This record gives sequence, structure tokens and C-alpha cells, in this order.
Amino acid sequence: MQWETVIGLEIHTQLNTVSKIFSGAATAYGAEPNRQACAVDLGLPGVLPVLNAAVVEKAVMLGLAIDARIAPRSVFARKNYFYPDLPKGYQISQYELPIVEQGYLDIDLEDGSRKRIGVTRAHLEEDAGKSLHEGFTAMTGIDLNRAGTPLVEIVSEPDMRSAKEAVAYMKKLHALVRYLGISDGNMQEGSFRCDANVSVRPRGRTEFGTRAEIKNLNSFRFVERAINFEVERQIDLIESGGTVVQETRLYDPDRDETRSMRSKEEANDYRYFPDPDLLPVVIHAEDIEAARRRLPELPDAKRERFISAYGLSAYDAGSLTASRELADYFEAVAAGCNAPKLAANWVMGDFSAALNRSEAGLAQSPVSAEALAQLLSRIQDETISGKIAKEVFDAMWSGEGEADAIIEARGLKQITDTAAIDAIIDEVIAANPSQLEQYRSGKDKLFGFFVGQVMKKTRGQANPAQVNERLRARLQGD
Amino acid sequence: MVTLRSPALYVDIGTMSLNSDEVRRIAQLARLAVDDREAEGFAAGLSDIFDFVEALDAAEIGGVEPMAHPLDAEQRLRPDAVTEPDQRELFQAIAPAIDGGLYLVPRVIE
Amino acid sequence: MKLDTLASWARRLRVRDISSRELTEFYLGRIDRLDSQLNSFISVTPDLALAAADAADERLARGEEAPLLGLPVAQKDIFCTQGVRTSCGSKMLDNFIAPYTATVVERMNTAGAVMLGKTNMDEFAMGSSNETSHYGPVRNPWDPERVPGGSSGGSAAAVAARLVPAATGTDTGGSIRQPAAFCGITGVKPTYGRVSRYGMIAFASSLDQAGPMAASAEDCALMLNAMAGFDPRDSTSVERPAEDFTAGLRADLKGLRIGLPREFFGEGLDPGVRAAIEAALAVLRERGAELIEISLPNSGLSVPAYYVVAPAECSSNLARYDGVRFGHRCDEPRDLTDLYTRSRAEGFGAEVKRRIMIGTYVLSAGYYDAYYLKAQKVRRLIADDFRRAFGQVDVIAGPTSPETPFRLGEKSADPVQMYLSDIYTIAVNLAGLPGLSMPAGTVGNLPVGMQLIGNYFDEARLLGVAHQFQQETDWHARMPAPFV
Repeated sequence: MQWETVIGLEIHTQLNTVSKIFSGAATAYGAEPNRQACAVDLGLPGVLPVLNAAVVEKAVMLGLAIDARIAPRSVFARKNYFYPDLPKGYQISQYELPIVEQGYLDIDLEDGSRKRIGVTRAHLEEDAGKSLHEGFTAMTGIDLNRAGTPLVEIVSEPDMRSAKEAVAYMKKLHALVRYLGISDGNMQEGSFRCDANVSVRPRGRTEFGTRAEIKNLNSFRFVERAINFEVERQIDLIESGGTVVQETRLYDPDRDETRSMRSKEEANDYRYFPDPDLLPVVIHAEDIEAARRRLPELPDAKRERFISAYGLSAYDAGSLTASRELADYFEAVAAGCNAPKLAANWVMGDFSAALNRSEAGLAQSPVSAEALAQLLSRIQDETISGKIAKEVFDAMWSGEGEADAIIEARGLKQITDTAAIDAIIDEVIAANPSQLEQYRSGKDKLFGFFVGQVMKKTRGQANPAQVNERLRARLQGD
Repeated sequence: MVTLRSPALYVDIGTMSLNSDEVRRIAQLARLAVDDREAEGFAAGLSDIFDFVEALDAAEIGGVEPMAHPLDAEQRLRPDAVTEPDQRELFQAIAPAIDGGLYLVPRVIE
Repeated sequence: MKLDTLASWARRLRVRDISSRELTEFYLGRIDRLDSQLNSFISVTPDLALAAADAADERLARGEEAPLLGLPVAQKDIFCTQGVRTSCGSKMLDNFIAPYTATVVERMNTAGAVMLGKTNMDEFAMGSSNETSHYGPVRNPWDPERVPGGSSGGSAAAVAARLVPAATGTDTGGSIRQPAAFCGITGVKPTYGRVSRYGMIAFASSLDQAGPMAASAEDCALMLNAMAGFDPRDSTSVERPAEDFTAGLRADLKGLRIGLPREFFGEGLDPGVRAAIEAALAVLRERGAELIEISLPNSGLSVPAYYVVAPAECSSNLARYDGVRFGHRCDEPRDLTDLYTRSRAEGFGAEVKRRIMIGTYVLSAGYYDAYYLKAQKVRRLIADDFRRAFGQVDVIAGPTSPETPFRLGEKSADPVQMYLSDIYTIAVNLAGLPGLSMPAGTVGNLPVGMQLIGNYFDEARLLGVAHQFQQETDWHARMPAPFV
């Protein structure tokens, strides 16, 4: 039987506020346990939540960026359950009336086509703390620093049909929240986490199969692997006569498998009700307009602009706009050297390769956009050739200074003086009389030999176009 | 003593009864340990209360908006600023079990 | 030293007729001598009180003015007080030394108040008789065999016996007004949002409101001046300009339209209480008020609606008591579930558990619409009744409680009968309106309270009506004999 995979993603994104969603405690990552857990985060008796304005602004920006409806009135509800990392015994979340509804995101598929993925809703909620098991035998330690960190949970429609599509959607969303500057998107630190709802059905059927929810997916790779594993598992199960049960499963990256979390399943009854400590969040038209004015240029628009303004190919424009930092870097280089296509080739080529090798982030790059632009300007004004430029770039990357200084110090300046080139050509011709004779008697291929000899004598610094032109004239005996 | 059940206000509309299994389910949700005797006691007591609460069925609530708050106000927003200092020692002075700044609970199996 | 009112002590402190230390020692002495008969305090804090009194005396000596400067008060043990046990009447918090101070207490401290201690109360404010306290019941100073009302029974009894001139209370369904009525004092439940809830241990967040309890309306006005005010730490706190609640005390009653809800005078009202209320109403009419019969047709549904909404909120608010970060933790828990279920079963008393169970049930899957949502709709009907009524009248009056204080243990076995004790007060909380109870007569030796209900933010008018009534009558000045 032919099977079709159906995937919907729930992505939890930490919003990059300095204080928590309902308290004035800091959100910085990596503090000592419970040093950033104030009375409100600890759920002490009598304390009350007050909503952080920045959280609302960021959610509205997200909503606008995915062309969603911004709810004029949204409501915080309590999700009641007991767990040691949940200090109040309830999580403040949004249930019936989320702040953002009905948006979408377009993803690019491998065959070059685009696909629209619906976003059902995005709602605000507080994060829980962390349970630490290491270092204790019969106990678990609870760190509540993360409790109360603002999250936006973005829930997609079950519109994805393969693990690759799911990853493309997740990457697109990841780039978007970083473009918007609403999240650092740091997946190692848990700022961008994904739960995947996965089901399979016979191709052609319209109703959905029973789904499993896979938790704990904190990298693109894990999402792809976990979904692929889960799809195989479900198909094998059904084909061998079994049925898929609706359950929560945990992905174990070490074993590359998902396994049931039935222990957590026991009779979840969250008893949602509107949080009486918080009032409805009202968003006025002017708030939305203010957020709209703060929106940066979004990835799709930037990509279109790169194509039309710089004459880049769709592929190049797509690669350069995959992250806002890279796009900004490219634009700074292009503006600095006034050669967008050259800049695009270098940023995607040597620059990206060096960055990947060093495993550093763009922010830590030893070659600034201005420095790279200077190097590319030297290619443009024919001070050096493209080949020499690679050598200069490597020297810049290892911290030897700016392009001009390196060119000067290493004497890499291109020879463009016709008389000087002619003199060298004459020397070469004089030193190779037999080759000259063969060339003149019709062995055209030897032209390359003479070019090589001239370049060798100039240590590659002669302008290649000039060498070609002058050499041809000389060899013909002009 | 006076009787407070006014026939006009508290019409008995059926008897609601809760059995001790249901009581145990609720107690489990609420994380309250109840023994069998307590469960029976709760079953009887809660049934009386739910009986009484069923007076709400007499209300004409068609088209009425639920009222979650007494005041028709909107949520006030707080500027995004760190205002709470670290007070871990103060807060953990009243904690039943701590180690290395962590609150301790019996091992949680995931 | 002779007993006096809060307002009068304030004047005497200002003219240095008496020092705050003398006054504080005087009341601490009364507590020491007399509270064994009442059990109205859970904690008495003489050292803190005397230090605060000395500080107040210094401020007074410098000629500083502050609304409660040097005046002894008691805090209901529901308000967090840093460094002092805040038990909320529960074994669960018997070991809880609050690490911070409630806004109300902070405001009163800033206003110069001298806290003598923390008063007894029903556990987590759930009760109408003060019998659910982990620290034992409070006795009514007018008859030790009877309850003082609840949940602010300790504050009410302490003020009635003049162990303290004024105290704070909280009112979720009548917990200030009913004990004020039972103990023959004046108590105000302000408009929801008027007084900060920050640091006040939550029972039912959309209903809870703190207010003053004192011998007279004037004393309550002084207290409320210090207690009320916007608090950025409470999202439900209302941003309004500060108001002087003593300013309206002398307002004339001429032309005041007083609405008498038919439903508050019907079946179930004790005839003696009815007679006392009617006599009190006659006094108001003689002073020029107009009495108008009105109807609050849905008020009969207030108790059932309340016993869905309040337990629902309580079941969630009390989930934080899990033995992990503070409060009672059971010995040697076997596992996490055991830690939770046993800590909570040991830490909470029967009535609290009952309400957690009710609340958990009405919110659980399949019952939400039938109970919680329906109750919220009924809540709106009740609020709409009042809205209509206030189109017709300026204040609403009636009995605070259908009866005089009942005997200890009398209603313990029948929760529904206990809940009906708040039949006239609960609707006010559901609507979020201000309400006041003042002594309006007696049945035998037992006090009768009259409730005044005002429109939103109309506390000053309620205090004015009560003050005018207290100019004509002396019910508020009477004291239970053993405490004179």
C-alpha cells in the first residue's frame, strides 16, 4: 500500500525579553540554580502575575509576519497539573482565545516549488523550570530559573507531508523569529523547541490516521530523524495488523528511536479556566500599526529585492536571505565594493566556507563586511586578480590585517604596466626559441605554455587579460 | 432555628450523587490522599452540595456572556525590566528540602 | 486608661496626650489578659509592636503626619508579613515565615500603623464561623458559646472586645461583613480592585477583597484611607486617584434613596433580625432617607453560583501547596505522588479539602460547561440585577446575615446550611460591589448587623450613611460586658 505522512508541528519559541512574562526576574541563561526565581516565579502564597509589555509586542510582530489575525481580545487561562517544575500547580497559558490566529508560512521545496503551511494559532505562555537528576541518588533537584520565561507556542496545521517539509517549515520559522528579533532561536539552550504530531494514512484517503505526539525535538536533524523513524514505526505497525494509539512519545537521539511516555499520560485533565489574576489582553488598532512599523524587511520580501535590485539568481537570493545576519553582511559587502554579484559569490563561497571551517558564528567572523568589501574592490579595480584575492583573504582570516596592507606587504599588486609586461614577454620568447618556432608553424596550443611562463616570471601578478593580449601580438611577430 | 431553603429560590431538581470511585478520581486530580472512609464521607457531602448547586439550572442564561471578572477592565502591561533581585537564600530558608540551591523532590522518573 | 476609638486615639497621639508606646502597651496588655477567652490571635508580636511604636513616637515628635501614625492594629493572618509567621489559619503554613510583606500591610506600615499581631481566621478564609482554623475556633465576645462568624472571625472578635482598635479582614463571600455583624462592629468590603491583593493569600482571586474592621464607620474610613490605592503588582488593582474616605462622613441623608431588596426580607430571615433591621431603617428614614422596595431577582442563585466559582478558583490557587518550596511536607515521602498527596492531605483541613474537591470536579472534563460556565453566566445576571437597581437607588440596605451568631458546632455537620449563612453577602462579591456591615440592634444579647451595598467605588457614600446612623444610635459603641 502507498502511505501518506501527515505532520503538524507545535513550536515553542522563547521570546528574548530581559525579564519574565509575569515577573521582574531576569531571564538570562546559565545563572546558578534558583538565583533568577523570584517570589512570583516560585509561586509563593499571595503573589500575583503582571504581564510584560514586550511579550505582547513580540507576539503581535510574529502575528503580522505570518499574515495572521491579531486577536483584539485574548485571555490567559490556567492549565492545571502537578509537576515539580511547575511551581504554582498550573501553567499560565492561552486556551480558548489566543493572541494570534490563522496565519501561514510559505516554504520552498527541493523541486523549487513553494508550499503554504497554515499556522492555526500562536499563543503566549510561561515556561516551566527544570528537573535535574544528575548528582542525586533518590532525589531530583528543581531549578526554577526558567520558570516564567516567556514562550510563544506556534501551532501549525497538519499540512506537512514529509520530514523534509517539516524541517523546511521549522527552519523558515526559525529564520523568521530571528529576523523579527523576537527570539535568539538558540536551540542548544532550548529557546526553540519542537513537538511533532505525526500520523500516516493510505494515500488518497482524506481522514487523518491516529497521531502520535513526539516531544523533545531540539534540533533540525532530530526532527527529521524522529519523524522518519515514527513514520516507519507506524507503517510497520499497521501493516503487521496493529493499530496506532494516540500517545505522547519521546525521541531518544542516542538510539535514534521514539518511545512511549505512557507514564506521563495518566488521565490528563488540565481543567483550563480563565486566570482570575489576569484580565483580558486588549490590542488596539494603533498597537498593531505601531508593531507593523517596527517590522523589519521579512525573508521573502528581502529575497525578492535581492533578485530584482542585485540581479541575483533565485537560488543565491534564497541562500543569502536564509538568515538576517548573512543577508545584512552580504548587503554591507555589496554596498562597500559596488559589485553585488561578486559579493554574492564571495559571501556564499570563500567566506561561508571559512566560517563553516571555523565553526564560529557570523558575529565572530574575523573578516568584517567592510574588510571583505575592500578586498573585492581590489579585484574590481584590477589591483589583484581573483586568484590572488583568495590568498589575501586567507591572510585576512588569519588576522594579518586589511587587504591593502597584505597586498602591499606581500607585493601582490598586479602588474599592469604594458612596457614591463612586454619586457617580460620578450625575455620569455628569447629563452624559448624552439617553442616559438613550433607555435609559429601552427601549434596554437603552445600559447598556454607562454602564458604560464609569463605568469610564473611575474609570480602571478601580471594582469592575465593584458598578458594574453600582448603575448598574442608578440608571438605573431608584430 | 430558621430554615433557609426557600422553595422559591431553591427548587430541588433531581438528586445528584457522586460515588466513591468518582471521589477518588477527583482526589487523585487534586493530589489529596483519601482513605476509603474519607472517600465515602466526601461522596455524601459533595453530593449534597452538588444537589444544591443544581439550582443554577433554573437560571435563564440564554445569550448571557460569562463573567470572569467583576470589573470590565483590560490587562495592564508592565515595562520589560529586571526589578527582582536574587533572594535565593531568603526564599530557601523556608524550603523543606534543598541541596546546592535546588529544591529536592523524590526522584522523578521520565 | 479608658478605651477609645481609633479616630480619637489618632487625635490624642497628634497632640501628644498619649504616646504610641503607652497605647501599644495598653492594648498588648488587654490581649495578654483577655484573649485566652477568645482565641482571636494566632500570633502576637509585642517586640515588633513596641519597636514600631517607638518609631512612630519619633515621627510624631518630629511633627510628621501620617494617617495611622502610632495606632495599634491587627492583621488578619492571611496577609504576608515578612519575618512573621503567616499561617492563613492552616497547618499547611504553620511553619511559613513570609519572605515578603503584603502591599496592604506595607501601606499601613508606611502610614505609621503599629501591628500587634496576626488574627485567627477560618483556614484559607474558607468558612463562616471560624471553626475551620487549625488554631482552634474563635469565640464570640458576646457569648463564648457562639461563633464570631468567619472567615475574619479573629479580627472581628478582637475589635469587638477592644483588644485592638482596628483590624484588617478579607471578604470573598461575606468574610468581613458577616463576622462584623456577628460581633457588633463595622466592617467594609471595598469595590473589587480598590485594595491590592498582592501578598494576601488567595482563596478565590476574582472575589477576594481586603477591607477594614473597626468599631465605627469613621474608624473604618481612616483605615481604608491607608489600605486602598493602586498597586502595580496586582493586575486587578484599579488605577484611580486617591480618595479621602473620611470626606463624605458628614454627608446629609436627606433625599438619599435606599433600596430594600424584596429577596433579602423573605423567608429564612430570623424575625428578630428583621425587627432590628426595620427599626434601623426607620432611623435612616427619620434622617431624610427615602426607602424604596426593589428586586434583585437572581440573588437567590448567588450562593449556588458562588459555590462553583469560588471552589474552582480555590482548587487552582491552592495547588501551589505541594510540600516542595515552602509549607508542610510529609515525612519520608515514598515517591513524588506520595509527597503531593500526603503533604496536602496532612496540611489541609476538611473544609479546605472539600472545596478543593468541589472546584476540581466542576472544572474537570465534561463538567466545565454544566457548572463553571453556567455559574459565570449566572454571575453576570446577578451583577446586572445590581446595575438595574442602582439606576433607581443610591444604596441598597438589608440584613447582613439572616440570623444572629449560631452556636459553635451547630452547622459543622451541614456544609450547605453553613454556606447559606452568607446568603445576603455573597451576591456583592460576585458583582464586585462595595458592601458595609454596621451594628444595627440586638436580638437578646446578640448583635445584629445591617448591610449597606453601594455602587462601584461608592465606599465613601456607604461610610457616610453608616456614620450618620452612628451619630443617631449607640449600637456601635456598645461592648460585650466581660471586656469593658
